[in-house]
Amino acid sequence: MSTHHAPSHSEASSQSSDPVGRKGKIGVRVVGRPDSLEQRVYLPEVIRGLGVTAKHFFANLFSRKYTVTVEYPEQKLKYPERNRGLHRLMLRDDGHVRCVACMLCPTVCPAHCITIVPEETGNKSEKRPRIFEIDELRCVVCGLCVEACPCDAIRMDSGVHAPAVDYRGDAIQTKIDMLKRGTQSVATQGGVGADWREKQPTVKQYDPPK
Amino acid sequence: MTDSILMFLAEHTAVAALLKLVLLVLGFVMPLASLSTWAERRQSAMMQDRLGPNRASIGPVKLWGILHFVADAIKMMFKEDVVPAKVDRFLFALAPVMAIAPVLITFAVIPFGPDLCVGQVMSVVTDPAMCKATIPLQVARMDVGMLFYFALASLAVYGTTLAGWASYNKWSLLGGLRASSQMMSYEVCMGLSLMGVFLVYGSLEPNAIVAAQGSSILNWGIFTQPLAFILFFTAAIAETKRAPFDLPEGEPELIGYFVEYSGMRFGIFFLAEFIETIFLAAVVTTVFLGGWQIPGLDSSGFGSFHLPHLVVVLLQVVVWSLKILFLCWLQLLIRWTLPRFRPDQLMRLGWKQLLPLSLLNIIVTAAVVLWRSGGK
Repeated sequence: MSTHHAPSHSEASSQSSDPVGRKGKIGVRVVGRPDSLEQRVYLPEVIRGLGVTAKHFFANLFSRKYTVTVEYPEQKLKYPERNRGLHRLMLRDDGHVRCVACMLCPTVCPAHCITIVPEETGNKSEKRPRIFEIDELRCVVCGLCVEACPCDAIRMDSGVHAPAVDYRGDAIQTKIDMLKRGTQSVATQGGVGADWREKQPTVKQYDPPK
Repeated sequence: MTDSILMFLAEHTAVAALLKLVLLVLGFVMPLASLSTWAERRQSAMMQDRLGPNRASIGPVKLWGILHFVADAIKMMFKEDVVPAKVDRFLFALAPVMAIAPVLITFAVIPFGPDLCVGQVMSVVTDPAMCKATIPLQVARMDVGMLFYFALASLAVYGTTLAGWASYNKWSLLGGLRASSQMMSYEVCMGLSLMGVFLVYGSLEPNAIVAAQGSSILNWGIFTQPLAFILFFTAAIAETKRAPFDLPEGEPELIGYFVEYSGMRFGIFFLAEFIETIFLAAVVTTVFLGGWQIPGLDSSGFGSFHLPHLVVVLLQVVVWSLKILFLCWLQLLIRWTLPRFRPDQLMRLGWKQLLPLSLLNIIVTAAVVLWRSGGK
């Protein structure tokens, strides 16, 4: 036989200051049946309810006191600092793409939305992407590509959300689209010492090759 | 010029009735009904701390989104009119007409102003009974006015039942049956709760009831028959099939009697519901809120402050429409505040609570009326 029994009301209220009398993390709030005559007649309660809604109606009608609506195209909420938006490709100090086409991001991508076609740079130690495309309709905005990138080449902190498109093809972001949103990374190519903040390069905009 | 036109109207009552019908239905009821489709969404939004539809505009003319009702009407008319296979085509087409026609016709008995004294519109009229020729501001003046209203209001059941029956869909049939059982149950209480009012004012004719209430606010129906007001208002809201009594067709989740209707045929059912709301407001105004009467305003003006007859009549018509607007607002407030009844609660409220109370109201009223008249 279990010795547990339902906690009495005083027990629940003495252990926490929770306004609904919950005990611990999970609890049950017991709401009694309407039993006073005033509640059973229903009409006084109806009038009280109408009073509440009428108060909200007039307050919102004259001063929008409680209104929480954001009228979207005209008003926009600020995205949170760590919002994952549209992808961008960061630039090197000389303005070229930072990506070395290592293929880590298309490998980790759970939606298979990243397409990279690498090409030779002439520098024997590095490649670069000839094509770098992301299908934003497939992207699940998980941010794993950003986590995987060893070069700080791809980021999702652009603060822009995926735009509405008329045709599916228009949702594919090309390398140039993403480079236009990119800026120089604060991380220095090849890595430097602890004084990297003082050595921040001057920002250059990407100038696509003609 | 004006006098001769008014004289012509006073002599040719049929022409005058037609003109009044056009003014009342096309000039007041229909615009108000279409506006309330917008007002309902906007008001419910404000009660729920939202904004509601406020975007429809013609160029820069925005007007808080009032033009949404125009957009809705255009949408309804251009939508495809789907008629499912195997429906009874005649009854299917008849049902929306049966739903909207009775509520439009019953407006004929509602007095929207006092009798217009022809020939003395610019002078002060102290005793309206002395007028040689009058134009009643009421489309049809019948001694059985309120009975006519009950007769036609019960016809509206056919619209809903036929819609459910003709649709060849078991769910809409069940919805139609729910609607008919609800409307029949509450019609009983609706009629009985008004009996006390008829006893007090001694007439079934709406204009006579308004005239008997007079310009003293304490003599209005809401003060002489407060219980009847609550009973009638509750039963009549149930009759309009709107929340908290929207069991026949709960918009978000219950399959109702017009589930197979689309386009403007659906729009007519929808409009009929709003016209019923306005009509209920008109009946409550007439019977309980003194109709076109203004507290303290006699036919000659406010006490010793005299006003021309035309100004008095216009003031009374405006106040009549303001009373209706207020009651429409109140009904929307109720519709968006109270949760829906369960079917068993609905039937219990109708038969076991409202009906005995309305019978009690009749008995007490009859006894008091008999006692005050000295037992004659």
